[in-house]
Amino acid sequence: MAVKRKKRSTAAENEIITLTNVCKAYSTGAPALKDVNLHINRGEFVFIVGDSGSGKSTLIKLLLRELTITSGYINVMGYDLSKIRHRKIPKFRRNLGVVFQDFRLLKDRNVYENVAFAQRIIQKSNKEIKKNVPSILAIVGLAGKYKAKPKQLSGGEQQRVALARALVNKPTVLLADEPTGNLDPKNSWEIMKLLEQINENGTTVIVVTHNREIVNAMQKRVVTLKRGVIISDEEKGGYIDED
Amino acid sequence: MRINSFFYTLRQGVRNLFRNKWFTLASIATISACLFLFGLFYAIVMNFQHIVKNAQEGVAVYVFFDDGLEDSRIQQIGEMILKRPEVSRVDFVSAEEAWESFKADYLGGYEDGFTENPLENSAQYEVYLSDVSMQSALVTYLESVDGVRMVNRSELVATTLTGVNALIAYVSVGIIAILFAVSVFLISNTVMIGISVRKEEINIMKYIGATDFFVRSPFVIEGMMIGLIGAAIPLGIIYTLYNIVMEYITTRFSMLSSLLSFLKVEEIFNVLTPVSLGIGVGIGFLGSIITVRKHLRV
Repeated sequence: MAVKRKKRSTAAENEIITLTNVCKAYSTGAPALKDVNLHINRGEFVFIVGDSGSGKSTLIKLLLRELTITSGYINVMGYDLSKIRHRKIPKFRRNLGVVFQDFRLLKDRNVYENVAFAQRIIQKSNKEIKKNVPSILAIVGLAGKYKAKPKQLSGGEQQRVALARALVNKPTVLLADEPTGNLDPKNSWEIMKLLEQINENGTTVIVVTHNREIVNAMQKRVVTLKRGVIISDEEKGGYIDED
Repeated sequence: MRINSFFYTLRQGVRNLFRNKWFTLASIATISACLFLFGLFYAIVMNFQHIVKNAQEGVAVYVFFDDGLEDSRIQQIGEMILKRPEVSRVDFVSAEEAWESFKADYLGGYEDGFTENPLENSAQYEVYLSDVSMQSALVTYLESVDGVRMVNRSELVATTLTGVNALIAYVSVGIIAILFAVSVFLISNTVMIGISVRKEEINIMKYIGATDFFVRSPFVIEGMMIGLIGAAIPLGIIYTLYNIVMEYITTRFSMLSSLLSFLKVEEIFNVLTPVSLGIGVGIGFLGSIITVRKHLRV
């Protein structure tokens, strides 16, 4: 199937994510991704869309180095992920903010500690943590709820905490896997606005989503996957109806 | 590791104990149960060994000399016996001492009819063994020594004590093997619970970019503290129990306590305390390492 591409900068030195002929097959033998070529530049905002089973989650897991490719070449922020050593993975992930559909917060710690945790991992001093965490919580609009435990927050608020945790270390790339999947339309829009704001400040943002309305309204680059193959890659695209 | 990271890790390890109360209690109970059985068994076996050792120390071989043997030769024989590795002590009993002892034990003031020492030829060495199983070898040797007229020993006592010793060794090995199997089963079950409790938390840490060391450290501290508490509880219980039982035996069965000598609580705990604490902390350390390692490859 031919891949549609419209006016996209391909300056290699500006590329932050490169996938060349990437294939991923699971042990069951079913191919999850077939011959995927994808280039994402520094500072881009990209939607990855597609139906269930299209390979979106596999792609995110490959970018996170949760999974390894079966063949091809994958480079994220200068790390060749097919060759990276296990002990180098933490350092790689520290430049990568991640937001999940199910928030994945540490349930027994409050908002402040959840966000501070990301800073502790990179061994920031207590002084820096006390400065950075309230500041990022203010950006996501949760300055007043720093003592709350995740279960005391709404879905939208929990996702903001996850976003604050992903951003506090000032990542180069932000990966968001269905960030609005568990949210109502109002909260979904607020999260998307925050992601757009983060992108405007220079962070590369990659959002995997099913949300047709948001994708169509935001007019960002859209990469569409179907059965493990990229069928469309548009600069200011929309959600493709496959019917 | 920076100093604030170190203290953070330490704090998290302690907090983890309270965050997962049920897991903590289950782990402490498991380790306590295993170490309680171990401690109890250790105290019993040590006392058995002590009693048998005391009995062994009382087993003597009596060496009598040829008539008119010179004192210098007797002295020489004594030195030869003392050089034997299985011998712990050699006491010389002169004919006069033997008669005095006999009078005291059996005649009770009715010795007036004796004008001479009837035990004239009864000067002897009382030879005590460090290993009673070597008695017959020693007797064979002594009988071959020039100047030795006769060697007396109690074969039955020696055989019985050797048998008891062997039995204790076999039973010890058997019970330790059973305890070990039970401990492995109980602890692996607890570790399995730990895995399900920890899985999500470890995954989150790894996604954020925590190193294996950073993820592992609080769990290891938590595990070691669980092990420490799990060892301290049975030590406390056994200490109290031991004192109560010893007091009970001494007061209620004074006859028994005069025949058998038991170890003091300090003698048991000088070894049991460091061993139990070491095993507890070791189990906690290994358990947490194994639990966490399963999820580090994220």
